Amino acid sequence: MRNLQRLVKIAITRISRNPYHALAAFLVMFLTFFVVGAFILASIGSNTLLSYFESRPAVTAFLKDGTSIEKVKGIQDDLTTSRIVSKTRYVSKEEALKIYKERNKDEPLLTEFVTADVLPASIEVSTYKLEDLSKAASILKKDSAVEEVVFQKNIVETLTNWTRALRNIGGAVVLFLLATAFLTTLIVVGLNISLHKDEIEIMRLVGATSWYIRIPFILEGIFYGAFSALVATAFLWGIFTWISPNLQRIFSGVPILPTGQSVFLYLLLFELVAGTLIGVIGSSFATRKYLTV
Amino acid sequence: MIAFHEVSKRYNSLAALADISFEIETGEFVFLLGPSGAGKSTLLKLIIREEMPSAGRVFFDGLEINKIPTRQVPDLRRRVGTIFQDFKLLPQRTVFENVAFPLEIIGLDDDEIEKSTRETLSLVNLDQRASNFPYQLSGGEAQRTAIARAMVMRPEVILADEPTGNLDPASAWEVMKLLDRLNSLGTTVVMASHNMDITSSLPHRNLEIAEGRIVNDTKQKKTKASERKEKIVK
Repeated sequence: MRNLQRLVKIAITRISRNPYHALAAFLVMFLTFFVVGAFILASIGSNTLLSYFESRPAVTAFLKDGTSIEKVKGIQDDLTTSRIVSKTRYVSKEEALKIYKERNKDEPLLTEFVTADVLPASIEVSTYKLEDLSKAASILKKDSAVEEVVFQKNIVETLTNWTRALRNIGGAVVLFLLATAFLTTLIVVGLNISLHKDEIEIMRLVGATSWYIRIPFILEGIFYGAFSALVATAFLWGIFTWISPNLQRIFSGVPILPTGQSVFLYLLLFELVAGTLIGVIGSSFATRKYLTV
Repeated sequence: MIAFHEVSKRYNSLAALADISFEIETGEFVFLLGPSGAGKSTLLKLIIREEMPSAGRVFFDGLEINKIPTRQVPDLRRRVGTIFQDFKLLPQRTVFENVAFPLEIIGLDDDEIEKSTRETLSLVNLDQRASNFPYQLSGGEAQRTAIARAMVMRPEVILADEPTGNLDPASAWEVMKLLDRLNSLGTTVVMASHNMDITSSLPHRNLEIAEGRIVNDTKQKKTKASERKEKIVK
């Protein structure tokens, strides 16, 4: 324990005596963890968004005026027996008006002259699978009581494609940046080993063990990794907390970004572990390559 | 304490030491003499396993140095203090910190380190210089700091590689007196030097090396002379 304290002190002294090395390592690793964190958050965000759209009624059939409740029940029964539909919901003209007024409560001009008669009644339909949306839409279109069918197939498909692309591109960028961070740690720690050649020689001559000589360099790598991960996550938290309310307002309640504190706690934990691992592996490689003890 | 049995050391085609054998007893003071490049430093490096012999065996206190596992090398080096011509002090550490360094490495607590370091600094008359940095010291003071660092672990042997090489005569004698004092306290001292003024004026064993071979060992002569004397007496 006493020795560990001394080794930490040696590591801190070496970092503070070579501030430009430390800054270079910090900046590269900060960028890495910032981008890694941003991709992770974007990935979580797109998944949340996808689930949101998937959980919404995906097909809406607007009914002709005067369609009876019995007819509506008949359409709902037809859909339920098709086994592709998970949920149906009838929205009457009055309910439609309520929804309309709620959505436009801040714009009194839009709600003032609108009555329930103007708005059509509708049936909202959700399917178990996205690919069954077209089938449900065809069933509805065939019915004579249905005026128009609207479904969100394109939105969900586009979103799925975007999410997949984001994961692939993000994964490649993250791998590239992680490799850069690893190599930067290796180079910076390697440079510090060269700078402390005399000190290492003296340590060996006075009987320091191989680990006593190596550990401060490994601690240096851990410091670069963990500290950059911590700062990058704090930055991400700040930025997302700041922009999230604005985006939520623009997208009227659609969860476009994850802002829950637990998400950031997990992200911090992940980035700290990743940063520490890169620090340990990078500096261990450096001590193996450049340190002869 | 130290024994070389038919030891050779080659650097590629160059022979630094060739078939050397000798023994050094506990408590002896031995001068390794010879011109630059004779193999004196190589011989000292073999004792602390800084180098491995190309042939032959090197013993320290019964241990065959070239056969001990790598993890035991630090233990060996803690039993042997080393001093160099260029002092090898850590420039960013004070005199006190330089001397305390080996004690930190073995994990002593701060109080013990403080006590041992102060005692050792007082022994080499550097109490007043404890908070100075190496660049603030004279050559003699720097070498005394290096000696204090070697002594602080209470080693059984001190190896000194040209410790007076960079010093003026007065400082050189100061260092010699200090090494002599350590020897009188029971520490075995092996000192490489080509300063004949110093080595010829002290009554210690001389081991002279030239071109990697021992060309003169005053102990053997003394032993042979005393054997002859014993025969005559009988």
